[in-house]
Amino acid sequence: MEGAAIATSGLTMRFNGFTAVDGVDLRIEKGELFGLLGPNGAGKSTIIKMLTTMLRPSAGGATVWGFDIGRERDAVRNSIGVVFQDPSVDSQLSGRENLDFHGRMYGMDKKTRAERVAEVLELVDLTEKADVLMEDYSGGMQRRLEIARGLMHHPHVLFLDEPTLGLDAQTRRYIWRYILKMNQEEGVTVVLTTHYMEEADHLCERVAIIDQGKIVALDTPENLKDLIGADIVTLEMDDGVTDEQIEAFSKFEGVEAVDRSGSTLNLSVDRGESRIPEIVLGACRVGVKIRSVSMHEPTLEDVFLKFTGKKIREAESSGAGRMAAVQSRMRTRRH
Amino acid sequence: MPRINVYAIYSLWLREMIRFFRLKSRVFGSLAPPFFFLAFLGFGFRSAAMPAIPEDIDYISFLAPGIIGMTLLFSSTFGGLSMLWDREFGFLREIMVAPVSRLSIVIGRTAGGVTTAVMQGLIILVPGIVMGLKISGLAGFLLSLVFMVLIATTFNSLGLAFASRMKDMSGFSLIMNFMVFPLFLLSGALFPISNLPTWLRSLSYLDPLTYGVDGLRGSLVGVNAFPLALDLAILAACCAGALGLGAYLFEISDVE
Repeated sequence: MEGAAIATSGLTMRFNGFTAVDGVDLRIEKGELFGLLGPNGAGKSTIIKMLTTMLRPSAGGATVWGFDIGRERDAVRNSIGVVFQDPSVDSQLSGRENLDFHGRMYGMDKKTRAERVAEVLELVDLTEKADVLMEDYSGGMQRRLEIARGLMHHPHVLFLDEPTLGLDAQTRRYIWRYILKMNQEEGVTVVLTTHYMEEADHLCERVAIIDQGKIVALDTPENLKDLIGADIVTLEMDDGVTDEQIEAFSKFEGVEAVDRSGSTLNLSVDRGESRIPEIVLGACRVGVKIRSVSMHEPTLEDVFLKFTGKKIREAESSGAGRMAAVQSRMRTRRH
Repeated sequence: MPRINVYAIYSLWLREMIRFFRLKSRVFGSLAPPFFFLAFLGFGFRSAAMPAIPEDIDYISFLAPGIIGMTLLFSSTFGGLSMLWDREFGFLREIMVAPVSRLSIVIGRTAGGVTTAVMQGLIILVPGIVMGLKISGLAGFLLSLVFMVLIATTFNSLGLAFASRMKDMSGFSLIMNFMVFPLFLLSGALFPISNLPTWLRSLSYLDPLTYGVDGLRGSLVGVNAFPLALDLAILAACCAGALGLGAYLFEISDVE
């Protein structure tokens, strides 16, 4: 366990017979920007809650910055910053007052606080809004302030639970920039959860894909996408397709794998753009009527599909997403 | 033994102060009911002779300490219950994830809640004096401050105890209507409890505010049903018990 920012072994959480997190073994290195990717209800937030000492695991354990999350809670809390999924600011206080409150809770004296407040406000471009009440902040500004607050006391590890949930595309880009900046400039280890593929792909050095409480894959985004092969060619067909036809597709040159979902076929193809003519001709030969052809480079969505047999959105609407539905109801009520 | 984090306690207290002075409309709102009670009952019963009030004491001098007790009861219970709001709006997690013992959190919150409640009690003292309340002297006034702090701490802790056991805010009005109002009416804030039938009076004896109001009345105007030392002892015991209960229930409560 020596040297790791976070190490878990058999980390498990059960709620009334429902296993939210199921024996997770994870090792996150110091300085890493690490992502937990999975649908809502996969158990990401529960993992974060255990690592931040907000929930006690049902079984297994973990260390954060070398401290045990069960026995050395205060040492763990001193080492971490947390940006929660739901808002957690006092809306009657200004941005600066929220930061000041936080600094005092972590035992920072007045001078250190003043310096640090200025630094973190600068980092998230909120210097000019410092004395505005939180209730007058936009959602994105509030999020940025929470990120600044999480960094305020120089934590070794910063946890970000769905940092860009519900934010527009432009604000999301800004938040990404801040996250990268603080990982590089402040050298802080970052652990974030997300159910946005692009976010994990764009930001994280390594990604753990989580489904139904288990880690199903863990690697750099590049290596994960390499597992899929080069490109994905999607064929949409008029009628269904028989097993023999699928068999025939898989024998085409350059085709590495064939996945059927409904009336579409996903072919993993090396150098896809140069193979499309052959594939279309071949499809005619085996008697498949093609309505449309499209191609994209592999994304983490394809990786998720490969390991779980479903798309992230499908996973969210299935049984595992029930908890998520409850959570998102609570979120809307809070706003 | 949990650590006491002085900085964190100060931070929590300061937050209550900032909110108190910022949310002026809320403060006015919460001061309106006791003010109306004081004004209308005070003027309305001004010349009525109520049994068991000493001849040389007018009704306003009898009533004002009771209304101060009412102010303290309502605002401190509300202060303790305000943890429900922090939970609802997520700020509780910011507090709970900090490296601060829960005991320090209870102390900080309670200190803030008690300070705001006592300030409101002192504000209500002003119209009382205007209407004719005569304070017996400086020593009496200082002693009344002790009673105010004890009353506020007791009910702030009870509020915190309830808030720790409640999942959401649905029980809030239940507590206000079925706990706080009876406590107020039984306390003898508006009339001497010796006028109550025996069975009701025995309930009054169980109400900590009875001793608080009696102590306030004794220290401010020199009229008390029980010896002041007894008021002080019983109230202090209730205060210690409530504080322990609130701290314990908060300690074992879930954050989520």
